[in-house]
Amino acid sequence: MDFLKAFIFGGLICVAAQLIMDLTSYKVTPAHVLVGLVTAGVILSALGLYQPFVDFAGAGASIPLTGFGHILAQGAIEGVKKDGLLGAFTGGAAAAAGGITAAVVFGYFAALLFRPKG
Amino acid sequence: MFKNPPVIAATATIVGPKEGEGPLAQTFDKIVEDPYYAEKSWEKAERRMLEEVMQTALKKAALAPTSIDYLLAGDLLNQIISAGFTARSLGIPFIGLYGACATMYEGLALGAILIDGGFADYVLVGASSHYSTAERQYRFPTEQGVQRPPTAQWTVTGAGAALLARTGAGPVITHATIGKVLDLGQGDPSDFGSAMAPAAADTIVRHLQDTVRGPQDFDLFLTGDLGLYGKGLAEQLVRERGFDIGNKFADCGTMIYDHHRQDTHAGGSGCACAAVVTGGYLMQQMLTGKIKRVLGVATGALLSPLTTKQGETIPVIAHAVAIEMR
Repeated sequence: MDFLKAFIFGGLICVAAQLIMDLTSYKVTPAHVLVGLVTAGVILSALGLYQPFVDFAGAGASIPLTGFGHILAQGAIEGVKKDGLLGAFTGGAAAAAGGITAAVVFGYFAALLFRPKG
Repeated sequence: MFKNPPVIAATATIVGPKEGEGPLAQTFDKIVEDPYYAEKSWEKAERRMLEEVMQTALKKAALAPTSIDYLLAGDLLNQIISAGFTARSLGIPFIGLYGACATMYEGLALGAILIDGGFADYVLVGASSHYSTAERQYRFPTEQGVQRPPTAQWTVTGAGAALLARTGAGPVITHATIGKVLDLGQGDPSDFGSAMAPAAADTIVRHLQDTVRGPQDFDLFLTGDLGLYGKGLAEQLVRERGFDIGNKFADCGTMIYDHHRQDTHAGGSGCACAAVVTGGYLMQQMLTGKIKRVLGVATGALLSPLTTKQGETIPVIAHAVAIEMR
């Protein structure tokens, strides 16, 4: 059931993003969609709306880009609680450090081991 | 119009694996199965292809590089490195060209002008492109796996060369029409075909008006890489200006791949598209007498990734060369 929920709700986020890409002009680039989703996640999370969604849909909410925005927002909020205003700058990156470092490390090893086919 | 029409003494073509699976596979000199062509990078592979077609064209005409007066070549990469590095190894006086995907025809027109004007006996013309180097430069690195919209075209991997001579046997270049740069405000970098169609139409119409010829005088109008969408648009634009070329109109970009089977969306593009279809298919058709007179029109989109990011629209050009079998 958890898997099914994650699949459906994570998938719906992707469907929404795909529709934005397909139905808008070329001026809305994949980069806009990417940044838009992260920003949407930050805003929803800051308003307290995203955590309930994560509790309900699990990985379906945390894995898509909006989930990354959620981590950034919560990290910044935690950072402010701990270190004051400076925490707004450090907290987000600290909370997302695991994901970012994993991407760098796995990306590096993938580049070492494989050669793009083109 | 050339008083002493230069002869296309020899052509040479080489293509990558995807083109080798396409409907025109039989018309190319060589099909390379490995997109790296045993080199370390795609850029090096593209260079190797360009150099090889130059050598093949020379070999076919039984000429040494030292007997060639000028090398006219270009490609899509920054600072036209494929052409420049090829010229480094050939040692022929080099004029680098950039006309985007119209480069091959820009070269044919200029080469013909040089020979007809008495400035050269032999001119070697060539152009190359590579799917992975072009995507990296103009859009996204292929490794990133960005989705391609249906209007997107597939850059042809390959290179083509033509050796022009003052005398000899073979098809001759009788006329050339140099394109004007147009911009009708199309800005989508994944829909070059529609952007380039007005340039192709303008050059075709100007050529017919200048030479007082009509569609009936040609067996074929062959555009470079308008693709499925651009071809229809160009045909319509030419008709609106009083010429119906519908039943004699072909586009290298729609011929080189089978878009139903090969998932190439709107068709082929790139410098090599016009270069290999002209050097392969068209020359074969002319030498076997199936086509007597053709107007080849290669189109180019003169944008850079920077201008797209700065919100500019796409300036486009089309050069036409009339080729005739005598």
